[in-house]
Amino acid sequence: MRSLERLTLAHLWTGFVAFAIACLLGVWQMWVRSPLTAPLSTPDRYYQSVTAHGVSMAYLLTTFFVMGFGYYVAETSLARPLPGKRWAWIAYGLGLTGGLIAAIPILLNQATVLYTFYPPLTGSALFYLGLVLVVVASWIWCAQMLVAMAQWKRSHPGQAVPLAMFGTTANAVMWLWTTVGVAVEVLFLILPAAVGLTETIDVGLSRTLFSWTLHAIVYFWLIPAYIAFYTMAPEEAGGRLYSDTMGRLTFVLFLVYSLPVGMHHLFMDPEHSTGFKFLQMTLTVLVAVPTFLTVFTISASMEIAGRLRGGKGLFGWIATLPWERPMVLATGLAFFMLWFGGGGGLINMSFGMNAMVHNTSWVTAHFHLIFGGTVVIMYFAIAYTIWPKLTGWQSPNISLQRLQIWLWAIGMMVMTLPWHWTGLQGQWRRIAAFDYSNPLIASWGPWVIVSLIGGIILAVSALLFVWNLVTLHRSSSPRFAVGEVPYAEAVHPPGRLPASLNGFGLWNVIVAVLMLLAYGYPIAQFFIDPPPQAVVHRLH
Amino acid sequence: MPIASERDVIRSELRWGLITAATVGVIFIAILSAAFAWQMNPPSNVEFIDPKTLHLSDEFTEANLGTQVQGDAIAIRMIASQFAFLPRCVVAPRGRPVTLRLASPDVIHGILVTGTNVNTMVVPGYISQVHTTFTKTGDLLMPCHEFCGMGHSQMWATVRVVEPEAFKADAQGKVACAQP
Repeated sequence: MRSLERLTLAHLWTGFVAFAIACLLGVWQMWVRSPLTAPLSTPDRYYQSVTAHGVSMAYLLTTFFVMGFGYYVAETSLARPLPGKRWAWIAYGLGLTGGLIAAIPILLNQATVLYTFYPPLTGSALFYLGLVLVVVASWIWCAQMLVAMAQWKRSHPGQAVPLAMFGTTANAVMWLWTTVGVAVEVLFLILPAAVGLTETIDVGLSRTLFSWTLHAIVYFWLIPAYIAFYTMAPEEAGGRLYSDTMGRLTFVLFLVYSLPVGMHHLFMDPEHSTGFKFLQMTLTVLVAVPTFLTVFTISASMEIAGRLRGGKGLFGWIATLPWERPMVLATGLAFFMLWFGGGGGLINMSFGMNAMVHNTSWVTAHFHLIFGGTVVIMYFAIAYTIWPKLTGWQSPNISLQRLQIWLWAIGMMVMTLPWHWTGLQGQWRRIAAFDYSNPLIASWGPWVIVSLIGGIILAVSALLFVWNLVTLHRSSSPRFAVGEVPYAEAVHPPGRLPASLNGFGLWNVIVAVLMLLAYGYPIAQFFIDPPPQAVVHRLH
Repeated sequence: MPIASERDVIRSELRWGLITAATVGVIFIAILSAAFAWQMNPPSNVEFIDPKTLHLSDEFTEANLGTQVQGDAIAIRMIASQFAFLPRCVVAPRGRPVTLRLASPDVIHGILVTGTNVNTMVVPGYISQVHTTFTKTGDLLMPCHEFCGMGHSQMWATVRVVEPEAFKADAQGKVACAQP
């Protein structure tokens, strides 16, 4: 499987290099916002850095990780070569080229519009063009996942698609739906404005289309973490997956409920009525369900492992789990942080209550905690689990991996808890420099410094992570037994499944109906009764 | 929990499903009652205004900006533009219902008033409206909370909440911040 290993490593390394750069930028940004004097601090550079940090984390790290991990899952879980591997390399080249093209205007300070696409502020057309290429690359990946699963099903009639692949394909299907919103926004509204074809733009329509993408994109990043929860963590813990069906249900629910809910990002916006905001809020409540199901199933799976290892009593099984293994440790810490991140999310989506926290540091804390505390920490664990199988080398020092994961979790909590607190007191987002002569702002100062310390811990952890991966390329330890499959078996392996839990036909129809219901009129209103347009503000 | 058979697994899944449904149900009912009983809804009056001619409109001409009293109603009108609010300071009485109306002639802005639940985006093309009653007196910070360009960090206004007795309108029904 040499070619699969090269393909996976190329993707994952690309993502992680972007990640390491973004972490260092992030620390500098927090330093700038703190009462301490940071070097090179100007508003231009601050917002330029925020743009680079956001693009690297949200678009590059995630897309390359999801693609690389997807290829690995497709070939190992289906136990057959990935169809159309040449296309995978073409997609990689496209994505990398796109990322580099987008980086040029960012470096030239011609795309300092942050990583959200909120016209009438527009950056250089190259910025959008580059990111479009990244998305096109991910579409090729989606097609490959769909083909890989379809071919496997054809040659294994009546059999259940392995859960890891079912989750990966669910993500591909969801991502195709997800990207429609932002693709339409960029291709039909922003790019014409950025190149000068149009002088005015419908801001409400742009925001609505972006919101279409804005929630589900987070699940695109998150699903690899959930695949690890269901298929890798129980295996590493030495147990079994408690329920394969719950896993399938979770992935299907993510597909269905992550899409028609994006308007909860627009609760405070004036272009939508209370009725549709309320409808999408109701659907948002339901997106908590798959996470609750996961907490149960994974806890139960871990309990099996703990008891097999001799754990007794109500909680005794927790102590006997093999916490020294990075995957088990990361899963435990990810669950812990998910309580905070998820709890904060429940408050964000609580309709009227959103006014208390909208665009404050609370929100920044929430998404860093979900992204760093649940998504990225599991990317680390996945990397540590599959890297030895990719390079053939075991880690010379697994305690450094544990240290790195602990540092990450501690840093994430130290950084985000103060943000929650200052956010509740009204500390607003996207500020290059606070005026600490104001007494209210001055009272936040100590908390901002605490969060900066958290940021420094995170940056140290990020660099240690890169170092740990490097050691897996030139280790002197015994070579790893290649070909070992890292996926857990279910307590009751699925026999014959209903078609709805072994494919996505039905769910696509449901998504289409829900999207029509949730976004049909909210988008149509901009054409039925067009609002006045705003003048495009080009930053280049 | 002992797991002897697949039926035990399914039974435990159903049990957990009920707990999940109950939790989600309680959250939903809480939101529902807040929305209907306390009228806690997001600011959502969909009302157009042309950003290109905002300063020529009836409502947002300079003479109409700031705090205006009409009978019992108190309206505060402000323009949010790169990178300042107009006016930079507005007055409101403590304990009386106030309606804030904001519009932008250029890009997206947003406001919150620290220490209160006043929060809205200001999207060019629309009038953003928030109803509130301030409960404490003092100078409250009202920053722009949406990135609007390089001067975003310098964009803020002050909401001066005064005792109802100190809140006195002039002949035109206007109340302005006293010059320092």
